[in-house]
Amino acid sequence: MTVLVILDHDSHGIKQPARSAVAAASQLGPVHVLVAGENIAAAAEAAARLPGVEKVIKADAPAYAHALAEPLAALLVALAPDYTHLLAAATASGKNVMPRVAALLDVQPISDVSAVVDADTFIRPIYAGNALATVKSRDAKKVITVRATGFDPVPADGGAAEIVPAPAVDGPTRARFVSAELSKSERPELTAARVVISGGRGMQSGENFHLLDTIADRLHAAVGASRAAVDAGFVPNDYQVGQTGKIVAPELYVAVGISGAIQHLAGMKDSKVIVAINKDEEAPIFQVADYGLVADLFKALPEFASELEKAS
Amino acid sequence: MKLLVPVKRVVDYNVKVRVRADGSGVETSGVKMSMNPFDEIAVEEAVRLKEKGVASEIVAVSMGVAACAETLRTALAMGADRGILVETEVELQPLAVAKLLRAIVEKESPRMVILGKQAIDDDMNATGQMLAALLGWPQGTFASKLVIEGDQALVTREVDGGLETVSLTLPAIVTTDLRLNEPRYASLPNIMKARKKPIDILKPADLGVDPSPRLAVLNVAEPPRRQAGKKVASVAELVDKLKNEAKVI
Repeated sequence: MTVLVILDHDSHGIKQPARSAVAAASQLGPVHVLVAGENIAAAAEAAARLPGVEKVIKADAPAYAHALAEPLAALLVALAPDYTHLLAAATASGKNVMPRVAALLDVQPISDVSAVVDADTFIRPIYAGNALATVKSRDAKKVITVRATGFDPVPADGGAAEIVPAPAVDGPTRARFVSAELSKSERPELTAARVVISGGRGMQSGENFHLLDTIADRLHAAVGASRAAVDAGFVPNDYQVGQTGKIVAPELYVAVGISGAIQHLAGMKDSKVIVAINKDEEAPIFQVADYGLVADLFKALPEFASELEKAS
Repeated sequence: MKLLVPVKRVVDYNVKVRVRADGSGVETSGVKMSMNPFDEIAVEEAVRLKEKGVASEIVAVSMGVAACAETLRTALAMGADRGILVETEVELQPLAVAKLLRAIVEKESPRMVILGKQAIDDDMNATGQMLAALLGWPQGTFASKLVIEGDQALVTREVDGGLETVSLTLPAIVTTDLRLNEPRYASLPNIMKARKKPIDILKPADLGVDPSPRLAVLNVAEPPRRQAGKKVASVAELVDKLKNEAKVI
């Protein structure tokens, strides 16, 4: 029973959600990983250092440069006979590719798993996290995406796996990468940050998000937003924390001017410590907050910044 | 060009769901049901393509109990031309839905299938990708923009770091994200007109598909509740608690 994990990577190495996926896979059996892309020697070496990884399959070819689902799925299907489980983090890429792989293998995928019960049985949130379903797969092979926040990531170093090249596979060619507009930020990624500070509709404008930036700089935090703030056009969609955005579980989550709609709570309620700053003391966010401050955020945020400065 | 738009009947997004005490699932009897919000976006996108003259016909498909016909009527009132209902009492999971849709695509030969990226009940986010795989079609998932140019669909996708644009040679699958459009409300005259639009009713067996679920649901439970904490009186107290009590800064 060997598990193949598809790793999300970038120029900095293996992404944190992928390290959580390796942790989840380690609960099931020996772990091999696939690193696919173009010019990925460094990422493959980083993968080989992950503790618990026995083998790294390196697929280095132009076809995999942009992680398009069509060629990646074809490659995974070619590798599948050696594995009982195919697993990826439930990132935009994992969600795009894994169901395609599952259908090609005639398997019902199991999406967004938050806990492993046994080799066939998994727990996953449904209804935006308002219920947890325990499901047992009747398929011989399992195709799984895991919610990264459910599994502590393996460390980045400690292993020494062998690296082998992937077989050449002819994939479909009717999808072509055109362009990407990726947000540039010096801050940690939302899904990997130790501290996240998010703004909601209460921020009133995109310009006002600089009030969060000052605090984020001090706390080395990522900046997020509620869906309401994204819908209002304050910040781009990749800031969105929630059921339809990113799922985060940092050590500290600070919700500013966020009322606490179910869809937002679904994306952050597993955070270790939650702080809510809101002028409406009836806001539902206070029902999940460890520390609530009823205050006007335009007064509280500058004060927060200066108190942090004093405290440091 | 003909478009196919699958629509799912789900618990309305405003309903606070209740888990059944016996752990068998979520209470759905006596609960308001509506079209899955991501599917409304898919219907809207199809209707806009028809209004622009890009699409010629929109076929809406729904699957499940007889009441799914209501969901089809909503799609028809928004502007779809006709409906297909695949009627079954069996709990349909994405693999079965994708196989049933493949059979319908083979009969109807649409140039594009537009689906919601995810249903808000099972949150699987799988059917579109699976249908693409079964048909051997390219996929543009989580779309926030869709442009048709000749035999290409340019799909701008919401990805973790921002946006990505892919070009797909038709026929293709597109799944919708929230920012693709804002769905219209059906007008009363259009709701009346929709009553006269045809709905074909099929059974899974008519399409040669075994719809049995592959995942057994052993239990459905409430998630652990988070306890509300305390209110702090000032920013200074908050920073002090975070530093000395929670020890997170």
